[in-house]
Amino acid sequence: MKQAIKIGLIGGVIEILLSLIGMVEAFSQRDIIANIISMGHALLLIVALFMGYLSAKRAAGTGSPKVLANGFISGLLLAGMLGLLVMIGSLINLRKVFINASPLLYSLLTFGLEKGTGVLLLIVIGAMSGFVAGIFYLAPGLLRRVLLISLASIVGAGVLQDLLRPTFALWGPLAVINEWLFTANGLTIQGAIGLFILIAAFFLFWSRKGSAIQTGFRQLPPAPQRILKMSGILILVFILLILPQVLGLFLSEVFTIVGLYVLLGLGLNIVVGYAGLLDLGYVAFFAIGSYTTAVLTSPELGFFSLSFWQALPFAVVFGIISGVLLGIPVLKMRGDYLAIATLGFGEIIRILVLSDFLRPWLGGAQGVGKIPKASIAGFEFAGPQQIYYLILAGCLLVIFVSLRLRDSRLGRAWMAMREDEDVAQAMGINLVATKLLAFATGAGFSAISGAIFASKLSSVYPHSFNVMISINIVCVIIVGGMGSIPGVIVGAAALVGLPELLREFAEYRLFVYGAALVAMMLLRPEGLWPEAVHRREFHEEGKEAESESPPESKSS
Amino acid sequence: MGLLSTKKVTKRFGGLVAVGDLDIDIREKSIHSVIGPNGAGKTTFFNCVTGFYKPEEGEILFNDHSLVGLLPDQIVRLGISRTYQNIRLFPNLTAMENILVGLHGHLHAGFFGIVIGTPATRKEEKEAAEEARRLLKFVNLAGKGDFLAKNLPYGDQRRLEVARALASRPKLLLLDEPTAGMNPRETQDMMDFIQHLRDELGITILLIEHQMRVVMGISETVTVLDYGEKIAEGTPAEIQRNPKVIEAYLGRGSTGEESRVVS
Repeated sequence: MKQAIKIGLIGGVIEILLSLIGMVEAFSQRDIIANIISMGHALLLIVALFMGYLSAKRAAGTGSPKVLANGFISGLLLAGMLGLLVMIGSLINLRKVFINASPLLYSLLTFGLEKGTGVLLLIVIGAMSGFVAGIFYLAPGLLRRVLLISLASIVGAGVLQDLLRPTFALWGPLAVINEWLFTANGLTIQGAIGLFILIAAFFLFWSRKGSAIQTGFRQLPPAPQRILKMSGILILVFILLILPQVLGLFLSEVFTIVGLYVLLGLGLNIVVGYAGLLDLGYVAFFAIGSYTTAVLTSPELGFFSLSFWQALPFAVVFGIISGVLLGIPVLKMRGDYLAIATLGFGEIIRILVLSDFLRPWLGGAQGVGKIPKASIAGFEFAGPQQIYYLILAGCLLVIFVSLRLRDSRLGRAWMAMREDEDVAQAMGINLVATKLLAFATGAGFSAISGAIFASKLSSVYPHSFNVMISINIVCVIIVGGMGSIPGVIVGAAALVGLPELLREFAEYRLFVYGAALVAMMLLRPEGLWPEAVHRREFHEEGKEAESESPPESKSS
Repeated sequence: MGLLSTKKVTKRFGGLVAVGDLDIDIREKSIHSVIGPNGAGKTTFFNCVTGFYKPEEGEILFNDHSLVGLLPDQIVRLGISRTYQNIRLFPNLTAMENILVGLHGHLHAGFFGIVIGTPATRKEEKEAAEEARRLLKFVNLAGKGDFLAKNLPYGDQRRLEVARALASRPKLLLLDEPTAGMNPRETQDMMDFIQHLRDELGITILLIEHQMRVVMGISETVTVLDYGEKIAEGTPAEIQRNPKVIEAYLGRGSTGEESRVVS
């Protein structure tokens, strides 16, 4: 009971905060289901449901009436506080302090009704959603998961409608689905219901038959198994290849930005995720890669006029050298001290390229322009739709190298160093060489990303390389899952891609970042897609034999 | 002269002499115990031998190589490996990976060999995995190789630590309280295991131990330290009769297991 009140009040504070900073109002411009529920209302509802669920969970084991009562009370209090806000707001002008406490907000909170009835409805809905959350908590696990995933995919489809609509619209038969599923703003009602049923049915089917299908797959003889796997990979590659043509200019641009972050993230993943060396100045290597490319290629500076491909190896080598140079002084540092020292290094590089002293060589605050685009045999990587392929190739290369390193003597040395540096050394690992190699590899990956970035923008400016980039990349790794390669991709999509798609809400970006990081640390500290345990004792040989040397698989 | 011999090794922390003028000689293929009250400098001595600490004075010779001033990774390559008083596995790596890290010094793949995946690298990696499986079996952990080290039960962790140390193919194995926290049955198993290591693999064993049953049961030579200095050395039977040892233990009003020295 006490718990329920406490959670309800906390929920109320969160709801009021979201309302007063203007998030609810801004989000309500987009509908998830056209004319039924906007993103703003969905936001409030999700918080109410979540708090109701938490409250119900606290009463676990005391019988279902108490669980439901707990959810109900929390929902009631939470909505009551929002109602109070509306009441106070209509008596006193809150706008002097909270500029977002506008009449529009109140009308949103009261569903456009007259004040009294509106607030009543709000409280009823709040209490009901708390109650529903309680029922949800009591529901069997399978039903809970089905509901959660289906509802989440409706919200997902609503949020990502700008990504999905053009994709569907492009191709004849899919265009019909598009018409049926989406309006200009949000899903249609029949679309939402259809999606819900489809996803729920699929998930139910998978939970019943999924494991049977998987074991069936494993029981297949190696040859068809390989064919199935290969065709899966081929389909994936085909989708990746046609993606920019399907998505058009804007979305291709989003993908290129995500791709650059994937490249950077994979590089930092080696340093932070594998070797456990917290590097907060990682943007420095990105800058070094960019500026090396700029100086070597730009006719504006007039020193050299190499092509992109001639400059790329230099950029990578310079990145690697600077990685080693950074590594040497910080070899003995651990933890916080290392983080601060590397943070300083990042700033040094930014200030160096900004300085007037180096202006004749690096362009100072004006940066360097007229960097030529990369091209292969007449195909110029000009716009985002072409650069995409360059970045895709870079990502695939870096993923391949990361995978190889992870399962090798070096990867294990890095991870041992992360776990316990002293013992790693006592097991025969040369700390100096191993650390420098981690810094160098990470820096090399970052320099590739920097070179592509320079040729993408055709120009480089010092302000592109501020400390926020370093922080963003660290966040990508933490949210994705430390040391996990798919985690980096998921993290980059979530923290870089999603905000690009939701550009109109850009002012809440950092707020959501912060909230997401705190939530991640509390609820899922291992990341969205954590690194899987490497099963090697029994599994490795079969896999090796099957994919590498067919004769052996016959004999075994 | 034995496999490992130290001459007048001294290690100070500020004004405190943790190990003073220590001469120890360890015969090849022997089981040699170091005992002494808490704070006698036993673990400090281990840390000097394995390169964690650099002694201020004295000489440590292993197979006629001087160890003073070498880094831990260089010393392990010469053939000295150790376990720790409080288990120090790599908690978030699997048991297999822990052992594979132990093999590090015997693998030679370089960066480009790994990235390109040369036949030599593949072969080496396959043999390493083979050897790791063999070691898992050797310490009775077959089938548990894919567990994260932190998820293994205590006794398994102790044995895994030994397996990791063995992976570096040592000539001399330093065990720091290998039976700490074990029940009598596990202790007996560990004693058999240590004996087995020496008899089957011919590894010289130097161990720190508090359980007198273990010390007296398996060691051929016992060295007693007190306040960083050697006060006695000899066979278990000699040590049990030595008045200085009795004084060192009983003079501090010790009880329980330590009084068993006398009994």
